[in-house]
Amino acid sequence: MNLETIKSEIEANVPGCRLEIVPNNSPSGQHSLLIDHEHALFVASFLRDAAHLRFDYCSNVTGIDWPGKEITEKVKIKKILDGVEQEVEEIQKTQSAGHLEAVYHLYSMEKKHGPVILRMRTEDRAVRIHLPSLTPIWRSAEFQEREIFDLYGIVFDGHPDLRRILMWDGFEDHPMRRDYVEPDDYEYEPTPHDAVLQKAKQHLNETGGR
Amino acid sequence: MDEKLKVELGKQGIFTTTLQELYNWGRKNSLWPLNFGLACCAIEMIATTMARYDLARFGAEVFRPSPRQADLMIVAGTITKKMAPQVVRLYNQMAEPKYVISMGACAISGGPFKQGYNVLKGIDRYIPVDVHIPGCPPRPEALIDAFITLQKQIDEQQLTGIGRPRHLDPDAPSEFIVPQFGAHDLEPPQNPDVWHPPLVNISLAGKNESGND
Amino acid sequence: MSATTAATAHFTLKPSTDGGEGQLLEVSMGPQHPSTHGVFRMDVALDGERVVKLKPVFGYLHRNHEKIAETETYLGSMPYTDRLDYLCSITNNWAYALAVEKLAGIQVPERAEYLRVITGELTRLQNHTSVIGFLLQDMGASGTPLMYAFREREKVLDLFESLTGSRMMCNYMRFGGCRADMPAGWLQQAQKVVEAFPRFLDEFERLLSGNEILMARTQGVGVLSKELAVDAGITGPMLRGSGVNYDIRKVDKYGIYERFSFKVPLGEHGDVYDRYMVRLLEMRESVKILQQAIRDIPPGPIMDAKTKIRGFRPKAGEAYGRTESPKGELGFYLISDGSPNPYRYRVRPPSLINLTVLEDMCLGQNVADIVVILGSIDFILGEVDR
Ligand code: SF4
Repeated sequence: MNLETIKSEIEANVPGCRLEIVPNNSPSGQHSLLIDHEHALFVASFLRDAAHLRFDYCSNVTGIDWPGKEITEKVKIKKILDGVEQEVEEIQKTQSAGHLEAVYHLYSMEKKHGPVILRMRTEDRAVRIHLPSLTPIWRSAEFQEREIFDLYGIVFDGHPDLRRILMWDGFEDHPMRRDYVEPDDYEYEPTPHDAVLQKAKQHLNETGGR
Repeated sequence: MDEKLKVELGKQGIFTTTLQELYNWGRKNSLWPLNFGLACCAIEMIATTMARYDLARFGAEVFRPSPRQADLMIVAGTITKKMAPQVVRLYNQMAEPKYVISMGACAISGGPFKQGYNVLKGIDRYIPVDVHIPGCPPRPEALIDAFITLQKQIDEQQLTGIGRPRHLDPDAPSEFIVPQFGAHDLEPPQNPDVWHPPLVNISLAGKNESGND
Repeated sequence: MSATTAATAHFTLKPSTDGGEGQLLEVSMGPQHPSTHGVFRMDVALDGERVVKLKPVFGYLHRNHEKIAETETYLGSMPYTDRLDYLCSITNNWAYALAVEKLAGIQVPERAEYLRVITGELTRLQNHTSVIGFLLQDMGASGTPLMYAFREREKVLDLFESLTGSRMMCNYMRFGGCRADMPAGWLQQAQKVVEAFPRFLDEFERLLSGNEILMARTQGVGVLSKELAVDAGITGPMLRGSGVNYDIRKVDKYGIYERFSFKVPLGEHGDVYDRYMVRLLEMRESVKILQQAIRDIPPGPIMDAKTKIRGFRPKAGEAYGRTESPKGELGFYLISDGSPNPYRYRVRPPSLINLTVLEDMCLGQNVADIVVILGSIDFILGEVDR
């Protein structure tokens, strides 16, 4: 099934939705469809209910963290040097906000085809971390969205029961984020090697052996 | 009594023993383990009790689901931080005398999952362990070996004096701190009365030499 | 009832919902409970014997597989997949290898495909026997069925051990093939085990299938409707027990499954008995597949010669690969950024998703049925919590 045709069908049936195909350069060729927040539920229910598509089975739901990158740009700025206005090149570093992403893999049990991959992105990683929950459309998303909330901190609006699922309730971090700092309890290791050796050494340096 | 005389008497059909021997003999041959599996190692623990390996030969086939009826806790599998308080609580609920076998790399040190943020790096951070068995998972034979080791340990225990077991020493604790869930980690991260980080010279460890100093 | 023996159980009394004299009893069942096969907890509210609420609590075996995999090389994660669903390490290897092969476009030689089918179906045999043994154990038939099941399981484990060096954690597959070829005489040994298996199944069925207690406790218990099963993303024998014909071996035809003739057993009622029956019948089909594979296995290489296993760096991109593991759809979702470690590594765990309908199946049932329904789901905590 061609993603281009699915995209144009959705656009014809869900007026106003903004879709974008995210290309995938690996040999798997599984391209995905980036959908906007406002129309996500409409797009999802169209995919589920359209008679020739019938994506009734949402297999895999997962989160991804894309932290902000440092962007280095050369900018030309007009400055007054020695009383003369000159154009100077300066290197500017900006920090992009980054985003969190939720990915849905859809298959059809009725038509036995798939996958169609949907993506949604939050605007940043700190505050605007809300996404619409697709649990009303596919119940299989319920626990997986809870897991994303727990490990990545995406808040799914409209989710029936958004609580932590894997970590305990009083836990404050989102451990699958790439900037998560784990608690340091590497004081002892009989045969350390690789990463554990590095961590144990670091612990030794910081605490002086305790 | 003189060992030789005892053996000699035994040959004549006269059986002599001491209270200590009798007591230890009884304890060591009726270890009732707690029916309690944590992860992959638990499957090997079950396999040990099944037809081929038949743990019943060592008097330890009566797996009890309640800690009140068990003498032995086999910590079989990865202890996560979310689970650790329950493990300690279970241990506290067992009646003395009680023993712990720490089965597999995970229960000893966190094993392959040591780097996990939610993995406790060894159960001996919170409770005393009698026998450790390495392996991932240890084979059923290894678990049987651990049983025999534990039985030997029990057999050699003095009932009086300084080296007497914990349950005969009114000053020794039989319950241990149950850790609490904190915002980032368990509190406390280890029980300092039970566990001290061994002095390991880590700088040597990478060079494949013995790290102990 | 064994629920009361759970060490961590605590009880709270609340006024009953129906406004009568009775009170609701809230029980925390687990995480140390013999029927949960590991560390799983349910918050159950009971009205007398009847279940009126059940909320599963996860995470007691959350050992951060996905996070650790982001710091490991692609090859380094292979042994970790063994420990997901620790009864079926080989099918886990297969799912992961398949995802990586999709990600990097690797071809697998014929002989390796056959080896994968043989070991994979043997895994299915030993998983399903153990699960039925555990189910019966939970029902109170302590000992006998589980002993029978483990006796057979040990025979399959012997095969695994001589092929891979390990009983449980086989770490057998590689991207583009398998790690080791069969030692001399292995195929004959495997054939013996496979030939003897239907006899064991007959014995097992004579012991169990017509047993009155088994039927009384499983028929009509824990019914899962077709619609709910599809909506909730249930896969594997549980889905087929509810009568939905969806087997990824048939749908995706991954590997060389289209070469074998086998049927997909389906249930009608979606109750515990149907799930039990589907597993039994599936084993008979697996035996058929095994017979064909053992007959047809060609000589040849077992590894794709072009693939570098060490220092493996797939091109940037992503792939989702899925297989029909004994528990259901086991999928791996990988994102590569061109470095030796995956940027994102996600396991789609069938056990977790099959557990999500637990409450729907248990409502209105007796508390003792929870244990039976749990046993029929076939979940492994290592995969649920990862
Ligand atoms: S030691 Fe190995 S087999 Fe045992 S629980 Fe840990 S990972 Fe599983």
